[in-house]
Amino acid sequence: MSLVAILTLVVSSTLVYSAPLIFTSIGGTFSERSGVVNVGLEGIMGMGAFASVVFNLTFANTFGTLTPWLGLVAGAIVGLVFSLLHAVATVTLRADHIISGTVINLMAPALGVFLIKVIYGKGQTEPISQDFGYANVPVLDKIPFIGPIFFEKTSAPAWLAIIVAVLSWYIIFKTKFGLRLRSVGENPQAADTLGLNVARLRYSGVMISGVLGGVGGAVVAQSISLNYSVGTIVGQGFVAMAAMIFGRWNPLGAMGASLFFGLSQSLAVVGAQLPGLKNVPSIWLQIAPYVLTIVVLVFFFGKTRAPKADGVNYIKAA
Amino acid sequence: MVVQKNNFSVALFSVLFGLIVGAIIMLVFGYNPISGYIALISSAFGSMQDIGGVLTQMTPLILTALGFTVASTAGFFNIGLSGQALAGWVGAVWYALSFPDMPAFVMIPSALILGTALGAVAGLIPGWLRAQFGASEVIVTIMMNYILLFLGNNILQNTMAKSIKESAETTKQVGHNASLQLKWLTDLTQGSSVSTGIFIALIMIVVVWFVMKKTTLGFEITAVGLNPDAAKYAGVSAKRTAVVAMAISGGLAGLAGTIEGLGNYLNFFTQNSSPSIGFDGMAVALLGGGSYLGILGAAALFSVLKIGGLGMPMSSGVPFELVDIVIASIIFFVGANYLIRLIQKRIKAMDEKAATQDAAKKSAKVASKQAKGGE
Repeated sequence: MSLVAILTLVVSSTLVYSAPLIFTSIGGTFSERSGVVNVGLEGIMGMGAFASVVFNLTFANTFGTLTPWLGLVAGAIVGLVFSLLHAVATVTLRADHIISGTVINLMAPALGVFLIKVIYGKGQTEPISQDFGYANVPVLDKIPFIGPIFFEKTSAPAWLAIIVAVLSWYIIFKTKFGLRLRSVGENPQAADTLGLNVARLRYSGVMISGVLGGVGGAVVAQSISLNYSVGTIVGQGFVAMAAMIFGRWNPLGAMGASLFFGLSQSLAVVGAQLPGLKNVPSIWLQIAPYVLTIVVLVFFFGKTRAPKADGVNYIKAA
Repeated sequence: MVVQKNNFSVALFSVLFGLIVGAIIMLVFGYNPISGYIALISSAFGSMQDIGGVLTQMTPLILTALGFTVASTAGFFNIGLSGQALAGWVGAVWYALSFPDMPAFVMIPSALILGTALGAVAGLIPGWLRAQFGASEVIVTIMMNYILLFLGNNILQNTMAKSIKESAETTKQVGHNASLQLKWLTDLTQGSSVSTGIFIALIMIVVVWFVMKKTTLGFEITAVGLNPDAAKYAGVSAKRTAVVAMAISGGLAGLAGTIEGLGNYLNFFTQNSSPSIGFDGMAVALLGGGSYLGILGAAALFSVLKIGGLGMPMSSGVPFELVDIVIASIIFFVGANYLIRLIQKRIKAMDEKAATQDAAKKSAKVASKQAKGGE
C-alpha cells in the first residue's frame, strides 16, 4: 500500500465516523452553554436516525440522489420536536436535567422501534437505497497530494459538519445571541436582571441541540448503518457528549475531539487493512478510544469547567 | 443529588399519568387500550410461570436500583451499572465453568463474592478517578461500559477454553454445583427461571437499608453527598467515603449480574450492547425516590410491565416497545414532579375555595335565618 493510499483510507473513514459526532457534540455545546445539561443526545440522535430512514425509504424514488440531504432535514425537524420534551421538562417544569435526559434516552429507542413496527410490521427497516456514499469536493480535489487524501472520495456530511463547527464557534463567541446564551448559562440571575429572557434562551439552546443531534443521527443512519433498528444508535450520543466535554464546551474543541474519536473508531474498522496495525488484536483497537478518553480526562482535563449554571434550574423570583 | 425524596402521591400520579400516555399512544395508532392493558395484566399474572418471570425480572432491578441509590446518596451519578453488572456476570460464569467439580457449598458463595468483587472494582475505578483527579464519573462510567462490554465479549470469544463453550458466541450451561435455581421453586413456577436470587435481593434491601441508615459508614456517605466540605470539616475523609460508596454501588450491580448468570440464564453469550438492567435499575431507583420500600414497589411495577408487555403483541397486537414508552413516561413525570405538585396545589386550592364558599353560603343562610327570626 502506498502512503497516499493508506492516508486516503484512514482520512476518509475517519471523516465518515467523525461527522455524526461533530454535529451532535456541537449541539450539546449549545445546550450546555445555555445552562441545560443534555445527556439525552443519544436519544435525540436515535430519533433523527429514525426520521431520516423513514423519509429516505418513502421518498427515495421522488428525490433521487438529493434524498439523503433531505433526510438530514427530516432528522433535524424530528430531533427538534423531540428535544422540546427535554426543554419543557427542564426549563418549564424544573425537572432534574439528568433525569429528563435519561427519559429521552429511554424513550427514543422504544418509540422508534414501536413506530417502525406500526409502519413496516417488523422491528427493523429495509436498507435505504440512497445513501451518502463518497463524494468529491469540486476544485479542491485537484490539489496535488492533499486533494486525493482529503477531498477525493470523501464524506460530504463531514465537510458540512466542519463548516457548521466554524459557524457555531462564530455564533457562540462573536454574536449578540452567543453572548446572551453564554451569560444565561453562567449566571442566569444577572442575565435576567439585565432584561434577558432566560427561559427563551435556554429553550433555543436545547432546540439547537435537537436540530444538530437529529442531523447527527441522520448522518449515522444514512452513511454508516443504512437502515434503522434498535442497534443503529448505540452509544454515539454518549461519545458525542464526551467530545463536547473534551472540547471544553467550545465548538472547535468539540470538533477536534470528535475527529479524534472518529479516527480511533475508524482504526478499529480499517485497522486490519493497515500495515503495522494488522497484528494488533482487534480488542485493543476496539477499546482504545474509550481507554484514551479516560486517560486524557484524568491527566489533562481533570478539572474541566462546565458553564457555571450548567444543570441548575433557574427559578425566577415571583 | 439525583434521587430525590418523592412522596408517595407523586409516584402514584406519575404511574397513573404514564399509563394514560400509553393508552393515548395505543388509541392514536388504532389499538384498543383496554384490551392492551388487559393483555398486559393477564400475561404478567396469568400463570405461576408468569409470576416466576416477574420475580426473575425483579431480582437484578432491585440490586441495580440499590446500587444507583447508594452512589447517588454520596453525590455520584453511576451510569455504569450495566458494565459493572456485566463484569460480575462474565466473571462468575467463567469461574463456575472452570471448576465444575467444586462442591456447591464452596462454589456458590465464592462465585457470588467473586462477581460482587468484580463489580465493586469496576465501580471503584471511576470513584477513585473522581475523588483523586476530579474526572467526571459520568464520562468515566460511560466509557467503562464500552470497555467492559468489548472485554466481556472478547473473553468469551477468544480467551475462554473451547471445552467450556457451546459455540463461539455462547458458553455451556453452568453445572448444578453453581446454579442458583431451586427445584421446588422451578416446579412451583412451572419451569420459570426464578432462583434463590430473589431472596438474596430481598435480603440486600434490608442490608443496604441498615448500612445506610444505622451505621457510621452510611452516615458518612450521606454527609459527603449532602455537603462534602462540611463532612470534611467534621473529620470525614470525603475521598475515601466517595470511593467506598462507588465500590458498594458497583458491588451491588456486580451481584445483580452474577445472579443473571448463575440464576437466570445459567450461561454467558455475546452481548450486542450493555445489559439493560443497569438503565432499568436507574429508572427503578428514580421512581422509588430513594426509599427502600419504594425500590421494591418500583421494581415490582416495572417487572410486571416488562413481563406483561411480552404478551401484548400476541393477544392485542400492540408492540412490546409500548411498555418501555410507558416506563419512560413514568420517569418523565417523576422528574417533572413540579407539574404534579402544581396540580395537587390547584386541587387543594379548589377544595379550599369550595369549602370556604360552602362555609360562606352556610353562614349567609344562618345569618338570613337569624335575620328572619329577629323580625
